Amino acid sequence: MFTALGRQVIGFLRYLGETTALQFGIWRALIGRRLEYRTSVQQLAEIGVNSLSIAVVTLLFSGMVIGYHMSVQASKLGVSGVAGWLVAETMCRELGPVLVAFVVAARAGSAMAAEIGSMKVTEQIDALRAMATDPVEYLVAPRYVACLVMVPLLVLIGDAVGVTGGYLMAVISPDINQTVYFDSIPGNLATWTVMAGIIKGVVFGMIIAIVGCHQGLTTRMATEEVGRATTRSVVYSIMLIYAANLILTTILYPS
Amino acid sequence: MATAEAPVIRVRDMVYYAEEPSLLNGRHFKPILDGVSFQVYPGEVFGIMGMSGAGKTSILRLLMGLVPVASGDIEVLGRSIVGMSEQQLNEVRMEMGMCFQYAALLDSLTVAENVAFAIRRRTELPNDEIKRKVAEHLEIVGMVGHEEKMPAELSGGMKKRVGIARALATNPQIMLYDEPSAGLDPIMASVIDELIVRLREEFQMTSVVVTHEVDELFDIADRIMMIYQGRVISCDSPAALHESENGYVQQFIRGQAEGPIAV
Repeated sequence: MFTALGRQVIGFLRYLGETTALQFGIWRALIGRRLEYRTSVQQLAEIGVNSLSIAVVTLLFSGMVIGYHMSVQASKLGVSGVAGWLVAETMCRELGPVLVAFVVAARAGSAMAAEIGSMKVTEQIDALRAMATDPVEYLVAPRYVACLVMVPLLVLIGDAVGVTGGYLMAVISPDINQTVYFDSIPGNLATWTVMAGIIKGVVFGMIIAIVGCHQGLTTRMATEEVGRATTRSVVYSIMLIYAANLILTTILYPS
Repeated sequence: MATAEAPVIRVRDMVYYAEEPSLLNGRHFKPILDGVSFQVYPGEVFGIMGMSGAGKTSILRLLMGLVPVASGDIEVLGRSIVGMSEQQLNEVRMEMGMCFQYAALLDSLTVAENVAFAIRRRTELPNDEIKRKVAEHLEIVGMVGHEEKMPAELSGGMKKRVGIARALATNPQIMLYDEPSAGLDPIMASVIDELIVRLREEFQMTSVVVTHEVDELFDIADRIMMIYQGRVISCDSPAALHESENGYVQQFIRGQAEGPIAV
């Protein structure tokens, strides 16, 4: 049992060391201004555009569900006038950043692991190194930058879509005055709440890129390993996003 | 080949273990090379032959610094690459080219972009000059007219030829070939063999060629090293190997099932 436990601890420490080294490698490439601009633009489109539709659908329905619950509960408590604000607060604080991060992890993080993993298996990563090209600089840094830019942007869009979803439910609810739904938001929703959601988006974007690219780069030399690396990238990203969300929430919203 | 000159590659007591997954231990290291030593001289075509899994490709990967050596020393162009950082290794790799067994073309780039890749990253040449160099190297390997194709549209042999053009494009001092003619038709295999010899004769380019093709190797190599179970069995000129009384060498070059090599 101790052997198994020790192996797990060593495995975790190795993972931590490798991902930290990867993070430093990315920063070194960025500070040295050795970013691949063409790949970065491609990745911005890949992550942003391709994740947009699924993020919109996810946040729209989540906003509608939250809108429905908020309408019913706010009406029971006699505060139906603030239902819009309650939906906006929920979306901006938690649901927007977390759901967008899940969507991007599933859509783009897995794609990063699969793409880089396939390159590893077909010796393309070795070919890059043989041509004196750092794979971190050429492959990882552009994906990292794209996640850093696009995830917060998608969080903002997701927040707006979620609030709109809540409004759609308010429209069909007899308990909510739709005209005050949006009016309740500007006076109550703090700018900091929106900003904090964006900060969460930045951190989640870093997690998605690091986990996805690390899984790709450490794929073992077998085709079936690409599938495993892809699955692991999504599982690890989601777990780390949960953990990071807890830490960020306590830091960004001190009691 | 002038053996009086200082070697461009000097390998001493090289030991290498490959990591492979293990369900029981998580990590398992399999011994691949055990105390391999050899030298390669400027302008030489140095062949490495041996059974599958003998460690031939591992030698090329070690020479390129793609995997770390467990012990021993590897000197390339007078610099020991053991323990070098990736950045220091890149300086040495600038002087080397590697042709991978399955070409390893970057599948998101066209043929022309693949060949231009290293030139763009290593030099400040203008676009016109890069295009000229790409055309020149594609012509050498008979791939003119395929510039805009993606690697997925090429056959295995065509990929291999583009891989060779890509490796040659930066005019390296040392070329490493991993099974250069595997998957090629006999005519194209012969073109590649002639190319390796021509590069030696015209540009004094040093080549290390790993292959199963004994006849090919005996035609083009100045010296041949035979590896068996991670150890050097013999290293000599093709003529000397033909005359060798070593049972392993004779069994391998004659392709016999009977002999000291366990099949």
